[in-house]
Amino acid sequence: MDLTVLWFWIVAFLFVGYFVLDGFDFGVGMSLPFLGKDDIDRRVLINTIGPVWDLNETWVIVAGAALFAAFPEWYATLFSGFYLALLLILLALIARGVSFEYRHQRPESQWKAWFDRMIIVGSAVPALLWGVAFANIVQGVPLDADHNFTGSLFDLLNPYALLGGLTTLLLFFTHGVVFVSLKTEGELRERARRLAARAGVITIVVAAVFLVWTGLAHGGLWFWILAAVSAVALIAGWLANARGSEGVAFTLLAVTVAAAVFALFASLFPDVMPASNDPANSLTIVNASSSTYTLTVMSWVALVSLPLVLLYQGWTYWVFRKRVTRASIEAAVH
Amino acid sequence: MNELLDPLLLARWQFGLTTVYHFLFVPLTIGLASTAAVFQTAWYRTGKAEYLRITRFFGGIFLINFAMGVVTGIVQEFQFGMNWSEYSRYVGDVFGAPLALEGLLAFFFEATFIGLWIFGWDKLPRGLHLATIWCVAIGSIVSAYFIIAANAFMQNPVGFQINEEKGRAELVDIGALLTNPVALAAFPHTIAASFMVAAGLVISAAAWHLARNQHLDTMRPALKFGLWVMVGSGILTTLFGDQLSLAMVATQPMKMAAAEATYDTVCGADASFSIFTLGTPDGSTELFSIRVPYLLSFLSTHTFDGCVEGINDLQAQYQELFGPGDYTPIIWVTYWSFRWMIGLGLAHVLVAVVGLWLTRKGRLPEQRWIWTIAIWSFPLSLAAMIVGWVFTEMGRQPWIVFSQMFTESAVSPNVTGLEVLISLIAFTLVYGALAVVEVRLVIRAIKKGPPEVGEPDPETGRHEPATTVY
Repeated sequence: MDLTVLWFWIVAFLFVGYFVLDGFDFGVGMSLPFLGKDDIDRRVLINTIGPVWDLNETWVIVAGAALFAAFPEWYATLFSGFYLALLLILLALIARGVSFEYRHQRPESQWKAWFDRMIIVGSAVPALLWGVAFANIVQGVPLDADHNFTGSLFDLLNPYALLGGLTTLLLFFTHGVVFVSLKTEGELRERARRLAARAGVITIVVAAVFLVWTGLAHGGLWFWILAAVSAVALIAGWLANARGSEGVAFTLLAVTVAAAVFALFASLFPDVMPASNDPANSLTIVNASSSTYTLTVMSWVALVSLPLVLLYQGWTYWVFRKRVTRASIEAAVH
Repeated sequence: MNELLDPLLLARWQFGLTTVYHFLFVPLTIGLASTAAVFQTAWYRTGKAEYLRITRFFGGIFLINFAMGVVTGIVQEFQFGMNWSEYSRYVGDVFGAPLALEGLLAFFFEATFIGLWIFGWDKLPRGLHLATIWCVAIGSIVSAYFIIAANAFMQNPVGFQINEEKGRAELVDIGALLTNPVALAAFPHTIAASFMVAAGLVISAAAWHLARNQHLDTMRPALKFGLWVMVGSGILTTLFGDQLSLAMVATQPMKMAAAEATYDTVCGADASFSIFTLGTPDGSTELFSIRVPYLLSFLSTHTFDGCVEGINDLQAQYQELFGPGDYTPIIWVTYWSFRWMIGLGLAHVLVAVVGLWLTRKGRLPEQRWIWTIAIWSFPLSLAAMIVGWVFTEMGRQPWIVFSQMFTESAVSPNVTGLEVLISLIAFTLVYGALAVVEVRLVIRAIKKGPPEVGEPDPETGRHEPATTVY
């Protein structure tokens, strides 16, 4: 197989990993005002992702590094072009990450309220803006002959991209709330299940509009197949949640996110950043990629290491498979 | 106004500021993970409650620190593309590879096992749980290797070829890239210095309690450990630093000339090292200096009759090689950062040796000022590390990749000065606010002292570790 094709799909896989895993972290963070009735509830919510948020977030670091190494032109165009949007994502990720750590360091309720707000905003902003960014990539942005982005932040905030952002926001929210019902017990678990059912309906409608719009404007055969998988999984996931099969619902929503992200990548291929002003300026897997030597070296490392990564990360989820209870929080030292 | 909105200058300030800030957390993560691993191993082998309490005490400080290291690290990776897109396009084929290898081989590993260690106390068998902190320690050190290999490429580019058709550098030898002589010296130098920083924290925290005559059972062994690690890693930092300066003279002679502010080529006894200079160190208005003859010759060549090329001669050589231009870094920055790095580093070794003498056979000095000096170990060892990196990176200027690309040609052409100003202000405000919170939390955790761990289980004689939650 052509290595540039392989790396296009490895990059897609790393972003899929990121959106599937950190996506539900964002959802849990955004659910604090809806599900966290008191401090213990909010601590239960945060602790459902406590041991794993860092490893989930690491996927974006590895995805970014893989993009840099395998497609330097794509990395350079995307990151310099979407400058202010990425700045907001970075600030949000900083606020969210430190808040997990800092929130429990002091007992005062004002202190905790501050970090609760930072977790909520720090989760919602990236959940929205990653969708906006990827929708813009799929739609195409103005690029000059040197592949530099020539638009502004406001060009990125077009209706289609905002719909993309709303879709990821809702998907991640629903996925996160289903995760809460999978990881908690009693009343909180029940409230999460009901919230997921309500949020799921809106998610299904918005995601359907976004996928159909994308398909009509940019989709090929593979896009439609993957989008269909995503849609079926979303509806099946909603039904599983309504029936109370939390594990099944969580898995199906993970499939939904994965298939949707793969579908977006499929609609791009073999472009990586289409130019909306002049197709001649588009970045493709050929003109954006690294040399064959670099890709060969990295292929060996990736193909050996990624299965191991999946193995030890899977094991981590298994170690922390137990539900987080109010009693376990109340009993803890802090 | 135009100068205020110069995207190059702003992007450089932003990169410098965010990198220095990120690097406040990196050496602590590296050093404290190993420190916690050592004490947890001691507890595992002896079952003594003191060791468990020390582990959880420094583990707690490690945790306050590590989230900041993670989130500020993402900024670093994104910034190459955001602010330095021309750099990313030109060297991404070479420079991206070690970053990707770092992520795949080290960063995933470290991030996963940190979660297992923090929250796994009551969920994993004791031996396996001990292994997780060693995995974190190893992961953080391997991660540092790839980052330093990437940085070494900027100091001394190897293993690449210029592809004229594509107008970029391409990797041709990954082995050469990963065994860059600069990386081979800079890596152990940096790791040993990271252990000095962690030892500095251990000494500071222990001294704070011992000065008040409290927590003697835990803080006495902690102090002893910190002092020994400081002496050992201080000696290693010096030895590898010496190797690094040899590699530097061979690859970036201008940096060594700028470190000493030597304008004319000097040999033998004239190749002296000035410990202190009054007046502007530009060679013309020196008022007073303390000089050690032969020392610069020895540092640069390991002989007493070696010659060290001066700034003026190198400037002339570079103009011939690379065309007209100014190839001199900012001399006062390189001159003073080099001295502060060495001075503070050696002072720490000296303080630690004296500390070992003063605390021999369980003695504890009574004089308050002795403890005050010990408490300053941590901020000052961190400062030594930071000025070391300031020297390395500022001494590389005006190049972003020595001999291949100028910093001024590397900046993103389509990111405006206003955009960079916005991000620079945003990072400054957020980082500043978080620094205040962070410092207060660390001081609070130190003052709180090591946590109680209760009585051991009467049947097994072992402590049941508490559950950790956020």
